Amino acid sequence: MNDQHTAKAFDVDLQDIARMVAEMGGLAEKQVADAVDALAKRDTTLAQRVTAADSAIDALQREIEEKSVLTIARRQPMAVDLRDIVGALRLANDLERIGDLAKNIAKRVIALNAEFPPPKLIRGVEHMTDLVLQQLKAVLDAYARRDDNKAMAVWRGDEEIDAVCTSVFRELLTYMMVDPRNITFCIHLMFCAKNIERMGDHATNVAETVHYIIDGNPITERRPKGDTTTIAALTGAGGK
Amino acid sequence: MSTANFTVPTVAANPGNTDDLVEKVTVQNLDFYYGDNRALKNINVSLYHGRVTAFIGPSGCGKSTLLRILNRMYDLYPNQRATGTVRLDNDDILSPSQDLNLLRAKVGMVFQKPTPFPMTIYENIAFGIRLYEKLSKADLDNRVQQALQRAALWNEVKDKLDANGLSLSGGQQQRLCIARTVAVRPEVILFDEPCSALDPISTAKIEELIDELKEDYTIAIVTHNMQQAARVSDFTAFMYLGELVEYGETTRMFTSPSDRRTQDYITGRFG
Repeated sequence: MNDQHTAKAFDVDLQDIARMVAEMGGLAEKQVADAVDALAKRDTTLAQRVTAADSAIDALQREIEEKSVLTIARRQPMAVDLRDIVGALRLANDLERIGDLAKNIAKRVIALNAEFPPPKLIRGVEHMTDLVLQQLKAVLDAYARRDDNKAMAVWRGDEEIDAVCTSVFRELLTYMMVDPRNITFCIHLMFCAKNIERMGDHATNVAETVHYIIDGNPITERRPKGDTTTIAALTGAGGK
Repeated sequence: MSTANFTVPTVAANPGNTDDLVEKVTVQNLDFYYGDNRALKNINVSLYHGRVTAFIGPSGCGKSTLLRILNRMYDLYPNQRATGTVRLDNDDILSPSQDLNLLRAKVGMVFQKPTPFPMTIYENIAFGIRLYEKLSKADLDNRVQQALQRAALWNEVKDKLDANGLSLSGGQQQRLCIARTVAVRPEVILFDEPCSALDPISTAKIEELIDELKEDYTIAIVTHNMQQAARVSDFTAFMYLGELVEYGETTRMFTSPSDRRTQDYITGRFG
């Protein structure tokens, strides 16, 4: 096995790209944790910081894109190198989306202002966040170590987040039916839950990309699904 | 022993027209010797009609040697011999009874450096045709024109057919050689690094030409340019130290090759 290119500068280029992706991943993780923290602690100052910090993730994504395009033009990468670079572009996209979703949660914290739901309701969202952060950490680790098994474990592990999302949905629905004054914050909270559920989807996308980089083939099997909110929406609201 | 990871390309996985993959040249258990030096070791590979097969590998790996066997070029040199079978359709071309002139008319070759004859553009093409066929002046003119058109050179030379072939630019000379090759209506065309002495525009023209020619011929190309192999070929064979290491659909070979050595070579991590 030979890990180094004859052209050493090519190795440096690839390492730079991987480093930026890892950095982006770290920032996205922090944004998600901070956003939900702001929600749980009713901390609008922290929420504002999260909103402002999103631009750093966006900037990194642009940098990754520029560097990747330049590397493709300069080196005409093949095989694993090509997958590395195309993979980095996709990873940057997913991580940027995760950052956006965290920012959206932070914005909702600001919008809610003083009107905050009972902590009991936020617990479900926090639980979802813990699960998503675990997934995100594991998949970024899988990327850094080029560990396909770990990536595949993340890919299969999204089911639980979906299931918790469905239960949060039911809980909020009950709350809204009990007292219409709860509707505003319940809707905001539901969007937060949905945002986190989507982050989970992006984490599985990241896992797919990591698998592709390592293995060279896309995943063909079907992923287990746990989110049934669409069905619950109909039955729970008394529809048909 | 046979090489590891030998993958036979499957019709189903082949891009484009998938229902008519016809084996034109079949190489089986081929060994080749320069004196005592075994330069090719148990090569098994097929060339398909209407498809381009690229041979890649570091210098000295035997790809040009393999190409030179396909039209028995090595016969011109003493102490060189091949064992095994190479079938063109159903004829064993390694058989001593093989008519070499006929074989070389069927299997044309284009070399790294353009090699026009020191004669007029017209004569460069007509020369080969006269060797195999007796044609009237009108028919011969027609064939010369067709060949030059096929090689995408006609428009550039139609007003100076009497000019010396060597007066053309490098890229034009190479297309003249391709025209000369197609003029005798071969079935297989071998390209031995046809673009390594050409500028990017001429290279693009030759690649475009290969793409057009493959409709009617079986094409093999040896190239050091990985991107060129990826662009022009349907199948790729990676050779190393006289062995065929890996062979498969080009799309797969350049995105996820199975053999570590192939990967190291095409990504520039070799040695």
